[in-house]
Amino acid sequence: MSDLKKIKVDGIEIEVDGAMNLLQACEEAGKEIPRFCYHERLSIAGNCRMCLVEVKGGPPKPAASCAMQVRDLRPGPEGQAPEVFTNTPMVKKAREGVMEFLLINHPLDCPICDQGGECDLQDQAMAYGVDFSRFREPKRAVDDIELGPLVGTQMTRCISCTRCVRFTTEVCGITQMGQTGRGEDAEIASYLNAALDSELQGNVVDLCPVGALTNKPYSFNARPWEMKKTESIDVMDALGSNIRVDVRGREVMRILPRNHDDVNEEWISDKARHIVDGLRRQRLDKPYIRKEGKLTAVSWSEALSFAAEAMKGKKVGAIAGDLAPVEAMFALKQLVEGLGGVVEGRTDGAALPIGNRSGVIGNATIADIDGAERVLLIGTNPRIEAPVLNARIRKAWLNGARVARIGAPADLTYDVVEIGHSCDALSQLAAMDHSDKHGHPGVIILGQDAISGPDGAAVLGVVMNLAEVSQSKLMILHTAASRVGGMDIGFANDAGMNGLADAEVVYNLGADEVDIAPGAFVIYQGSHGDRGAHRADVILPGAAYTEQSGLFVNTEGRPQIASRAGFPPGEAKEDWAIIRALSAQLDATQPWNDLAGLRSALFGEFPHLARIDQIESAVWAPVDADEMADGSFGSAIDDHYLTNPIARASATMAELSRLAAERASAKMAAE
Amino acid sequence: MLRRLHTEQPDSFAFTPENQKWAEAQIGKYPEGRQASAVIPLLWRAQEQEGWVSKPIIETVAQMLDLANIRVFEVASFYFMFQLKPVGEVAHFQICGTTSCMICGAEDLIAVCKDKIADTPHTISTDGKFSWEEVECLGACSNAPMAQIGKDYYEDLTAERFAEIIDEFAAGMVPTPGPQNGRYASEPLSGLTSLTIPEKDMVAENASKELARVLADTNSRITDGRGVSEPKNGPVGSGPVAKAAPVAAPVAASKPAPAAKPAAALASKPAAAARPASSGSWTDTVSADSGKAGAGRGQTDLKPSVSLVDEATLRDGVGTWKYQGQASASSAAPAITVATDVGETADTAGGETTPALLSAAREGGADDLKLIKGVGPKLEGVLNDMGIYHFDQIAVWTASEVAWVDGRLKFKGRIDRDGWIDQAKSLAAGGAAK
Repeated sequence: MSDLKKIKVDGIEIEVDGAMNLLQACEEAGKEIPRFCYHERLSIAGNCRMCLVEVKGGPPKPAASCAMQVRDLRPGPEGQAPEVFTNTPMVKKAREGVMEFLLINHPLDCPICDQGGECDLQDQAMAYGVDFSRFREPKRAVDDIELGPLVGTQMTRCISCTRCVRFTTEVCGITQMGQTGRGEDAEIASYLNAALDSELQGNVVDLCPVGALTNKPYSFNARPWEMKKTESIDVMDALGSNIRVDVRGREVMRILPRNHDDVNEEWISDKARHIVDGLRRQRLDKPYIRKEGKLTAVSWSEALSFAAEAMKGKKVGAIAGDLAPVEAMFALKQLVEGLGGVVEGRTDGAALPIGNRSGVIGNATIADIDGAERVLLIGTNPRIEAPVLNARIRKAWLNGARVARIGAPADLTYDVVEIGHSCDALSQLAAMDHSDKHGHPGVIILGQDAISGPDGAAVLGVVMNLAEVSQSKLMILHTAASRVGGMDIGFANDAGMNGLADAEVVYNLGADEVDIAPGAFVIYQGSHGDRGAHRADVILPGAAYTEQSGLFVNTEGRPQIASRAGFPPGEAKEDWAIIRALSAQLDATQPWNDLAGLRSALFGEFPHLARIDQIESAVWAPVDADEMADGSFGSAIDDHYLTNPIARASATMAELSRLAAERASAKMAAE
Repeated sequence: MLRRLHTEQPDSFAFTPENQKWAEAQIGKYPEGRQASAVIPLLWRAQEQEGWVSKPIIETVAQMLDLANIRVFEVASFYFMFQLKPVGEVAHFQICGTTSCMICGAEDLIAVCKDKIADTPHTISTDGKFSWEEVECLGACSNAPMAQIGKDYYEDLTAERFAEIIDEFAAGMVPTPGPQNGRYASEPLSGLTSLTIPEKDMVAENASKELARVLADTNSRITDGRGVSEPKNGPVGSGPVAKAAPVAAPVAASKPAPAAKPAAALASKPAAAARPASSGSWTDTVSADSGKAGAGRGQTDLKPSVSLVDEATLRDGVGTWKYQGQASASSAAPAITVATDVGETADTAGGETTPALLSAAREGGADDLKLIKGVGPKLEGVLNDMGIYHFDQIAVWTASEVAWVDGRLKFKGRIDRDGWIDQAKSLAAGGAAK
C-alpha cells in the first residue's frame, strides 16, 4: 500500500496504513485500547470516550483514538513519526474520568445481570474504575423498551454507545431503533415501540457492551463461567456460520457467533442463535418400532434386528435430510449401495448435477460479494434463505454495488432492480450482450427454487452460460447444510427422487420435508419426532448437530467440522454409529470402528473434504443450456423460521414465525 | 426532561401550499444526497404552522426527506425548540430561568405562570389559550428577567407586568415586546453615559421591537390563524428592496406613532415613498404582495437614517445569497429592467447581479479609471462601454456584482486580486490609489 505511515505507539515504532484509526494502530503495536462504542464492523460514533489516548504535539487534551486517523497526525518538528501514548498519567486520568461518568447512572446490579462475567463495563471498571462514588444526586432510571421475543431490555444499564442503533441501521437495514432525547434523558428507543423486524436482531445482544440488551430466551439461565464452550458450525442454513455452543451439563444453553471473515463475519442469524430450545423438545430418545400400527418403544437390539430383517433381500432406497453430516451420509451410502439400493440427497428436487462440482457450488466465494459491483439474484430470497449472506449483499450495496433480481419481489433491506420473475426474463437477459460487464466483478446468486422443477437443469445451464459470458462469478445458494457435502460424496442417483419410487424399504436419514409413498417400509433415523418419524416403521434415535462431530460443506464448498458440545438425550446415538451397528446386523459390517476410522475412509475417497476450511475450487463445466419451460421463480423457503425439525420443535421459532406472518399480513392489509 | 411523542396525536398533517412551496425550496438548497439536512427547517416550519411537532409531522417530514421516521424523531426530540406536546392556542411562554434571570426574579415569573396558566410546564391552561415552560438562557441577560413569547422577547419583566401581559394576550391584544420598564434597549436604566446618540438621530424604539410591532409576529398563530405567510421569517428586507438601498440612501423615515394595532402601523408606513421612483417596477411587485409581506420587506425604512459604511453591501450580499431563486421567480419582469441613472438590474442568474450602470458619464466627465491599479486604457474602455464611469460606482459593488463584471472582462478574478473596490473607495473619497 502506498499510504503507509510511520507512527510511534508508546515508543514502539510501527508502519501502518494511513487510513487506519489510532485505535487500530495501537492494537497493531500490541497495545489494547478500552472501548465501548467502537466496533470494527460498524460506523464510528466516538461517543463513549473510553478510547482516549495522548497525542504528542497535538492539542493538550486526550484524543478519541477511534475517531482519529493515522494520517491526520502531524509529524514532529524534524519530521519524526507522530507519537501516541496509551499509558501516560493523562490517559489514565482521562479514562478514569470517563469511567466515573459512565458508572454514575449505571446500576450496581451485576449480581442479577445476565451480562455479568462477560461485561465490557465490568472488565474495564476493573482497570479504570474507582471503588467509591462521588455522586450524591438521584440516579437516572430509564423505561425499558419492548423489542420483541428475542431481545430483552434493561435500559437503565444502557451507556448510550449506540452500537445497537448502528448495527440495526447499517447491517440489518431496519429503521426502528434510534437514540432520542439528549443529555441525561438520552435513551435508546424504538419508533412507536415497534419490535425489531430483522433476522439478525439477536446480534445486538452480543454487541451491547453492557447488560442493557439481553438474550431474552436465555435470560437468568446460566452464567458464562459455568458453561463449557465448544466451537462448532451452524446448520440452520447452508452458509456454515461459525458458532460457539455453550453447554451446561448436557444441556445447550445458548449459541453465539464466532468470527470468520470469509463466512459469517461475526454475525449469525436469529435462527442459528435461538434454535436452542428446539434441541430439548420433541427429541427421540428411544428406538421405536411399529407394532400393530402403533409405535412402541423397544431396545436398540430389537429395533436394529427388526430393521435389518425388513431390509434383507429388499430393494432399499435411502434419502438424507437437510441436517445430515457428511460422515453419516457416507456410511449410509456405503451400506445401501452395498445392498444394491439407491441413495438420494436432493430431497427438494433441485437439479444439481452429479459429478460436476461447479454446478453444485459455482465458483464464487462468499467473500467475493464484498468486492462485487453487481449482484444478480435468480430465484432466491437471501434474506430468508441465508440472512447473514443477505447482510453481506447489503454491505456490497452500501459500497455501491447494484443488485438486480429475477424472482418474486421481496423486501431485502436494500434496493433491487427487478428484471422479472420468470424463465422468460432469464432467457431475455441471457440473450443480451454482456460484454460491457467484463472487468467489473459481479456475482450471480442462483437459488434452489430456480433449479428445482423439471427444467432445473436447463435453468442451471442458462445461468452458467450467463455467468461465463458476463464474466461473473456464480454462487449457488443452497438452503440445506447437508446438500453440498452430500453432492460431494455422490449421495444421489441419476433419477433423483424418482429413483426411489419402487423402493420397498426407505431408509430416511433425517429427511422430514419429503412425503414417502405409502407401502414402503420406512426406517427413520433422526433426532426429532417430526413428520419423518410419524411415517416411520422403525425409529432409530440419532444425535442433533450439537451432539456429534460432523463434517458440513457450506454453500461455497468450504468443509467445516461441527464439534460435539454435548451428548444426545436418552438412548440416542451418533448417526454414524447407528449405521455401523445396523451394518453388522445385515452381515455387511462396515470397515471402521470409530469416527476416526470412518473419516479416514471418507478422506481417502474424497481428499478435498480433509482440507478443513479450504475451498476446493471446482472445475468449471457448464451444464447444457436446454430449452427452459415457462415458470416463475420464488424462494425455496416459505417460512424462514420453520425449515427443519429442530426449528419446528422450538417455541421461540414458532413465536417468531407467528410474528413474521402477522407483520406480513399487516403489510398486505396496509397495501 | 424526557421527550417523547405525545399520547394524543392528530390524524394527519399537511403543509399549507405556501409552506409546502417554501419547504421544497429549502430542500433544494442542499446538494444532491444531502437533502436530509433540511430536517430542522422543515420541522420548524411545521411547528410554526401547527404549534407543536406531532407524529404526523414527523412522518410527513421523514417522507419528504426520504428518511426513516426515527431519524426525524431523533432530531425533534433532541432540540428543545421543538414542542412535542400541544401548546396554548394563543401563546406559549418560554421563561428564561438561567442565572441572570433567576437572580432578577425569573422564579416570580414562573410563579405567575403557575398561578395563571398551569401548575406544571408544558400543560395547557384550562381555557386552552396558554402554556409555559422554563428554558435555558435566551441571551438577554442584561434585560433579565425575560420571557420569549412566540418570536419576541419581553424583557425587564416584573411579576405584575408579566401578569398584565398574560391578561392582554387573553384579551386578544398583542402587548408591545421589548423592555417593559421604559428602556430603549439594554442600555443602563439611567441612560447612556458614553457613545450617546444625538437627540435628532434617536428613534423611538429599537429596531427589533419596532420590527416585531410591524410584523405583529409575536406569535404567528395569533395574527393569521394556523397559516404562516411566506416572507415572515425569511431574511427581512432582502432581495430587490434591499437593492434599492445603496442608491436611494434611506430617506429618514418618519417614525410612525406607536399604533394600537400593528396593522395601523403598517398603513402609516411610508414604505413605497422610501423607494426611488425609478425602481417602480420593484415597488409594484412588492405592493402586489400582501400588505404584510410588503411590511416585511419594508424593513429598510426602519433603519437609522445614517447608513453605515458597507451596510448596503452587506445587506445586498445577504439578499442575493438567500433569495435569489425566489426573487427572480416572483418578479421575472423587473429582473431585466433597463438600467437608468439610479436604477439597477438584478440579473440573478448564476449568482451574478448587474451593478448600477450609467448610460453616460455624469456632468463633470468620467473619472480617470486608469488610476485604479490594474486598469489600463483598454480596460477603462471596456468598463466605460459597460456603463461604468465613476469610482463611486465601483466602490459599491457587491460580490455578486463583481461576479457580473468579472464575467464580462477578459481577466477573471482581477477585481478581487487588485482590490479595485477598496481603491475605488479611496479614490472616490478623493484619496490616491494604493
